[in-house]
Amino acid sequence: MPDRFPSPFEVVTPTGAEGWEELYGYSTVFSEDRRELEESMFWFMDGVHTPEAIEPWDATVLDFALTFLGQYTTRHYVIPPALGVDIRYLNGHMYLSPVPVTDPAEIEARVPEFAERAGYYFANWPTLYDAWMTKIKGVIAELESIDFQPLPHREDMSVITEGRGVGSGQLMMFEYDKLVQLTARLWAHHFEFLNLGYAAYLDFFGFCKQLWPSIPDQAIAKMVAGIDVDLFRPDEELKKLAQLAVDLGVDTRITGDAAATLAAMDADEHGKQWAAAWDDAHHPWFNFSSGSGFYHSDKVWAEYPDIPMDFIKSYVAKLGRGESLARPVEAIAAERDRIVAEYSELIDDDENRATFEGKLGLARVVFPYVENHNFYVEHWGMSQVWGKMRQLGQLLTDAGFFGTADDIFLLRRNEVPDAIFDYFHGWAVGVPPRGPAYWGREIPRRQGIMQALRSWSAPPALGVPPEVITEPFSVMLWGVTSDSVKAWLGGSDNPDGTLTGFAASPGVAEGPARVILGAEGISELQEGEILVAPLTAPSWAPVFGKIAATVTDVGGIMSHAAIVCREYGLPAVTGTAFGTKNIKTGQRLRVDGNTGQVTVLD
Amino acid sequence: MTAQPHIAWFDRHDPGLEPHLGGKNTSLGILTMAGLPVPPGFAVTATAYRQAMAETGLADTLTRLVGAVDVEDLEALRTTSAEARATITGTPLPAWLAEQLDEAYETLSQRRGQPDLPVAVRSSCTSEDQPDASFAGEYDTFLWVRSPSSVREYLLRCWASLYNERAISYRRQMHYGETGLAMSVGVQQMVMPRTAGVAFTLNPLNGDRSQVAIDASWGLGEPVVSGSVTPDNFLVDKVMGQITSRVISDKAIEHVLDDHNEVVEREVEAARRTAPCLTDDEVRAVAALARRAERHYGRPQDVEWAIDPQLPDSDNVVLLQSRPETVWSRRKREVAEASADTFSSIVHNLLHPSGTQTVHLH
Repeated sequence: MPDRFPSPFEVVTPTGAEGWEELYGYSTVFSEDRRELEESMFWFMDGVHTPEAIEPWDATVLDFALTFLGQYTTRHYVIPPALGVDIRYLNGHMYLSPVPVTDPAEIEARVPEFAERAGYYFANWPTLYDAWMTKIKGVIAELESIDFQPLPHREDMSVITEGRGVGSGQLMMFEYDKLVQLTARLWAHHFEFLNLGYAAYLDFFGFCKQLWPSIPDQAIAKMVAGIDVDLFRPDEELKKLAQLAVDLGVDTRITGDAAATLAAMDADEHGKQWAAAWDDAHHPWFNFSSGSGFYHSDKVWAEYPDIPMDFIKSYVAKLGRGESLARPVEAIAAERDRIVAEYSELIDDDENRATFEGKLGLARVVFPYVENHNFYVEHWGMSQVWGKMRQLGQLLTDAGFFGTADDIFLLRRNEVPDAIFDYFHGWAVGVPPRGPAYWGREIPRRQGIMQALRSWSAPPALGVPPEVITEPFSVMLWGVTSDSVKAWLGGSDNPDGTLTGFAASPGVAEGPARVILGAEGISELQEGEILVAPLTAPSWAPVFGKIAATVTDVGGIMSHAAIVCREYGLPAVTGTAFGTKNIKTGQRLRVDGNTGQVTVLD
Repeated sequence: MTAQPHIAWFDRHDPGLEPHLGGKNTSLGILTMAGLPVPPGFAVTATAYRQAMAETGLADTLTRLVGAVDVEDLEALRTTSAEARATITGTPLPAWLAEQLDEAYETLSQRRGQPDLPVAVRSSCTSEDQPDASFAGEYDTFLWVRSPSSVREYLLRCWASLYNERAISYRRQMHYGETGLAMSVGVQQMVMPRTAGVAFTLNPLNGDRSQVAIDASWGLGEPVVSGSVTPDNFLVDKVMGQITSRVISDKAIEHVLDDHNEVVEREVEAARRTAPCLTDDEVRAVAALARRAERHYGRPQDVEWAIDPQLPDSDNVVLLQSRPETVWSRRKREVAEASADTFSSIVHNLLHPSGTQTVHLH
């Protein structure tokens, strides 16, 4: 077994991808300038969020996310053993390297600062969280107000009579700057609470594991989980719409085709009533994407209404079979109370019971943020970011710069102002812009590069792994441990037909596998099949009604697949690393969500 | 005669009598009164023993005989022990006790609608089952006893087991005197189980109180208790109800009845040896029963249970015994020093991340 991964400097550029480095910021690619430092670090790929090659503009989001993660750790809260997480793109794939604080004296010295700063957030969490909600909704409202319009043949007369002096071209440049700044703020707020929230949750988790070494992870999650969670709302809205369609007697008009369905609804009052309810649900709940939020290609319900309409159709079918869609909120709350009461009863001494209650209390205070931020940032906020960028892309497409609106994502964020300037300049001077010729050549070249990068098989890590992984965020956030590094080095050998992952949702199920690599494949799932996927997204929720179990390559017990499967009472094993590689569609599997074992039975 | 009864039924348990019932019979009475599925039966109280020993004059004889023996002299110990036991088993029960015992056994048989009801006759020493005196299992138990005369005979043999060699040397070692010894004996309907075993209401490997650990094997539970068979082992989560571990062992032998209604040890045929001896539903039912016993006592328990094939599948687990778990119960659950202070423990977790603590960044 090798003891190291390839050095980033040994990795060869795939044929057809030459020049890929120019598609990413100069500070986020490996270079001779910092070779010594970069070779001394251990880099791993983030398969949870970014399993695929990243288009140049999409890297904006990752750059911002990792910068703000680092900023909070290093400069705001002074997390004792950790600085930030560094980021590099290699052949279009993102690699991360958490930077530890190694000097014990320095760690010690950081503790009081951390206590003061993070302590303030913990002590004032509800107030600060309310303020966060106002801030994030403000950022999203500003994003929603961004508007890119083609430059007019003449400025409006009001520009003259009001003496504004500033024209549409300039405003377009401001508007793009604003979009970039708001995207940055979105991610700054994303990390304002996140790592502190996880830290408090893990404190309760660790205490439970001390009291009950064998407590199932999902028992701890269930004690903390919220009942009314915004992240589940989009799915709830679809269920409500299905129920309403049945109540109004218009359910037979619902097909997987949203346009045709809405046209059929227009026929009478009941149909119109339903269509109005459908429209009402859009804001904000259809700002919901089929992916992790990090790719512009993630499909947002609001833009692809066939996706939610198809889910509604399957919910209507469930109602037709006499199944209930209602989430038994009272029963879930009662079950949560029962679990807490029974564990509490198992504690022998009052001191430990008081500690248990205190930590559970804090975990419950912080957890709504952990559960809900995802809807506001990755779904609602990012839906707006991608949508506004697409609006700009369409405008430049109409101006002859691009073949399609999505071509804009092949530009780095700092190239977009140049393109806007070109368009603006041509318009201002009254001459043709260079853009159509320049981007007419450049876009196809970049498309070729991206295609070559997408088919490159990225190694899970780069460089020499440390003997023991102790950096807390590698472990806490990405599940990278000494064991997982060993497994990566050992490759995907799987002689006895079993895979091991996290026991994420209890129960045992057998059935045929269906390997699904992306959201577009989920319609292939048949009743009773076992979903095998790199990861799942919350918007896949409706398919959980028909599958028997879930296996994912990445993700822990707090991943979406885990949360949704517990919600639906399905067994799930997450973080198997090689599930989609080793399992073939049609193979019979046994998924044991109690032990985290997946067995190929054929 | 005193006011103290000689026979005490489990289903009319009187806490005031507990000092005269011994740990095992007390527990059976308490569990019966709590509504747990304990096979019916009664205790012959320690009062009966004392009175019988006094009346027959054996008490003094035995104290003199055994008090003089040098327990370091193994040959002398063996001879004295044999003599003491033969003295007890060779002396008939006083008529009043024989009468009451016959009558109680008859009542029990009638209640179960089976003449000569098979019963277990078990020693229930007045000190053996206390949490601090781990002398459990040193006295005799007799299974599948089936007539009034046999019940009488085995009652005497239980009494006699107070004078087995281990018991004598143990008393000497602990500086317990030879006077005032007493034993209660339980007479309880016997089930011939398909599967039986023990259950701890905590994980004996790590003291985790959120789990029930079950050892189970075919037939009677004695080979599981004595360790002469490697049992199937199950761990059940108390709160979530999940079976978190199943180890199915090669169960080579079982204790069952032969054609002459004798309990015998025999080899398990190949097909059953490595098959699980409990269904998942039964595993959960055993765990639930153990948990009820624990809840009743408010502390971890070590129970013996059996699957009675005569009862309907959904309700076929019976409780044979429950006593306090002694190993982990005496320890305070140690948690890391920093744990109580949330801030210190958050720092501690950051400094010592563990692989199981992975959550995912959205």
